[in-house]
Amino acid sequence: MNDPAMPAAVAPAPARAVWTQNGNGILLAVSGEWRREGPGVEVTGTATGQFPTHYQTDGLAAYDSTLPAYLLACFRTVLEAAADKTQRPVLDGLPDNLRGLLELALAVPEESETLPTPPAFPELDKLGIGSRKLWTSILDVMDFIGQAVLSLGRLLTGRARFRAADFWQTLQECGAQALPIVSLISFLIGVILAFVGDVQLSNFGANLFVADLVGIAMVREMGVVMTAIIMSGRTGAAFAAHLGSMKANEEIDALRTFGFNPFDFLVLPRLLALVMMMPILTIYANIVGILGGMLVGFFVHIPPALYWSETLNAVDLTNSSLGVIKSVFFGAAIAISGCMHGMRAGNSSAAVGQATTRAVVAAITAVIVLDSVFAVIFTLLKI
Amino acid sequence: MEAPPQPQLAKVTVRGLTMAYGPLVVMHDLNFEIQDKDIFVIMGGSGCGKSTLLRHLIGLLEPAQGSILYDGKDFTATDPDERGPFLRSFGVMYQSGALWSSLTLGENIAMPIEEAGQIPASTLRDLVSYKLSLVGLAGYEDYYPAQISGGMKKRAGIARAMALDPEILFLDEPGAGLDPLSARRLDDLILHLRDSQGSTIIMVTHELASIFNISNRALFLDTATRTQGALGDPCNLRDHSDNPAVRLFLNRGETPAPPP
Repeated sequence: MNDPAMPAAVAPAPARAVWTQNGNGILLAVSGEWRREGPGVEVTGTATGQFPTHYQTDGLAAYDSTLPAYLLACFRTVLEAAADKTQRPVLDGLPDNLRGLLELALAVPEESETLPTPPAFPELDKLGIGSRKLWTSILDVMDFIGQAVLSLGRLLTGRARFRAADFWQTLQECGAQALPIVSLISFLIGVILAFVGDVQLSNFGANLFVADLVGIAMVREMGVVMTAIIMSGRTGAAFAAHLGSMKANEEIDALRTFGFNPFDFLVLPRLLALVMMMPILTIYANIVGILGGMLVGFFVHIPPALYWSETLNAVDLTNSSLGVIKSVFFGAAIAISGCMHGMRAGNSSAAVGQATTRAVVAAITAVIVLDSVFAVIFTLLKI
Repeated sequence: MEAPPQPQLAKVTVRGLTMAYGPLVVMHDLNFEIQDKDIFVIMGGSGCGKSTLLRHLIGLLEPAQGSILYDGKDFTATDPDERGPFLRSFGVMYQSGALWSSLTLGENIAMPIEEAGQIPASTLRDLVSYKLSLVGLAGYEDYYPAQISGGMKKRAGIARAMALDPEILFLDEPGAGLDPLSARRLDDLILHLRDSQGSTIIMVTHELASIFNISNRALFLDTATRTQGALGDPCNLRDHSDNPAVRLFLNRGETPAPPP
C-alpha cells in the first residue's frame, strides 16, 4: 500500500502500478519500464470503482502500448460498474502523448455503421429455427433441380445460351483429365477385390470365381461408385469453388444485368458435361478394374485367357448396364450439388471454402443414398 | 430522340422503397426521382445501404415495399424473367469490376455486344478497342483480369458497362482506389458520357471531390434514421442542408456551416 515510487535505477525497473487512497481522491502511480516483453505489471492496491484523480509518473522510464492498454482496461472496468456510462476519467497529470492516446481511445464511438445483429434465441426456438432451415434447404434443392429441368427445356427448344468454349473445356476437365486418377483408383479396387476374393474362395477350391466376383462387383457397384466419389471430390469441388468465387466477385450479378441467365450460362454446360462423361468414365473404370483383378489372377495361377472367358461368362449386358445407368444419375447429382453450393455461396473467400466443403459432402451423400435406392429398386425388379 | 408527350417524365422514380434482408430493415421510405441526363450520386456512411440501393435499382434484389419506375414503367412489378428490355438500357459497373475472370478484357466487352445481336467481326473488334481506349486501356484486349491491377480492373469494368451505349449507367464506387489523376480522368469520362451520349449516370461514391465536380443531384442515406437524409444539389447540401449529418459528411466532419 505504501510502497514508495521507485527511483529510476540503472537496471530497468519492473513495470509497477500503485493505487493509493489520497484524501478524497485516488492516486495512481506508474513507474518502471512498461514493455511487452517485460515480466508483467506489479499492481499494488486496486481501483475501487472510481477513476484515479491524480497520477504520479516520476518513476516512469519508458513505455510502449502496454501502459495505455493497462490504463484503458482500468477505466473500462470502472465504466462498466458505473451507473453513468458517459462519465470520463480525469487525465490531467499524465504525460501529453499518453493523454492524447487515451483521449483518442476513450472518444465516444461513432454511430454504429454495421447492421444490427439479430437477437439470440432461446434453445427451444433454435430447434424450431433449425428445422425450418432444414425444410427451406430441402425446398432449395427442389427449386434448383426444377431450374435445371427448365434450363434443359430451354436448351432443347434452342433458347438456352452458353459459350461453347466453356462446355468443351468442362468436358475436357471432367473427362479426359480425370482419366489418370480414375485409372489408378479402379485398378487398385480391382486388385483389392481379387485379393479378398481369392483368400476366401481358395478355401473352397473355387478361386476361379474370383473373376466372377471382380467382374460383377466392378460393373454393378464399385466402378460407378468409386468414379462418382472421385468426381465428387474432383469436379464437384471444382464447380463449387469456381462458381462460388464468381459469386463472391459479383461476376454472376454481372451476367444477370447483361441479360444472361446465369443458370443456363454456368450450370447447364457443367451439368451436361458431367452427365455425358460419367457413363464413359464408368465403363472405362469397369474395364480397368477387371484388368486389375486379372493381374492378381495371374499371380494366383488363373491364366488370363481363362480369367477373361470366366469374366465374359459372368458379366452379361444386364449387369454391365446397371452401373452405366446409375452413373448418369450420379453425374447429375454431383453436378447439381457442386453448382448449387457454388451459386448459393456467400460473398467472401471463406464462404467459397465452405461452399466447396458442402458441395463435396452433399455430392458423396447423394451418391450413396441414390445407390441404396437403386439397390432396392434392382432387388425388387430381381435384376 | 423526341421528347415524350408527358412533360418531364422522370427517368427513374422511386416510390416508398423499403429495403430489407429478411426482417432486417436496411433503409425505409426512400422517395426520389432522377431526371434524364442527371449525374446522380448516392452517398452515406459505410455500410448504410448505398450498394444495396443500387442492387435494388438494377433488379438484383427485390424491394420489401415500394416500387421503382423507369420512364414511368414499373420495373419492380415486372416479372424478373421479363425484364430484358429494362436491362438492355442499363450498364452496370460493380465495385470490384466483376470482370469475368475466364475471359480476356476484350472478350469481356465483346460478350454483351455479341449477345445483343449479330455484328461483323471487324466492327466488333473496333468497338472493343474503342471502349477500352475510352478508359485508357488501349492495347489491353488480350490480358486476363488476373493480370491487371485493381484500378485497371475498375476501368475495364466501366468499359464493359458502356459496351452497349446504355441509357442509364450505374457505377458502384468508381473512384475508390484510383490514383488522383485516374480519378480525375474518370470524372471527365463520366461528364463526356453524359454530354455526348446523353446517358443518365447513377453512382455510389464517397469521393467528395468528384461529388462536387460532376454531380448535379445527390441522395444522402442517413445511418441513424435508416431513411433518406437529404436530396438535392451536393454543393447546396454542403452549405445549406438542414440535416447536420449531411453537412458533417460533405465537409469531412470539419466546421459544418450553420444552417441559413
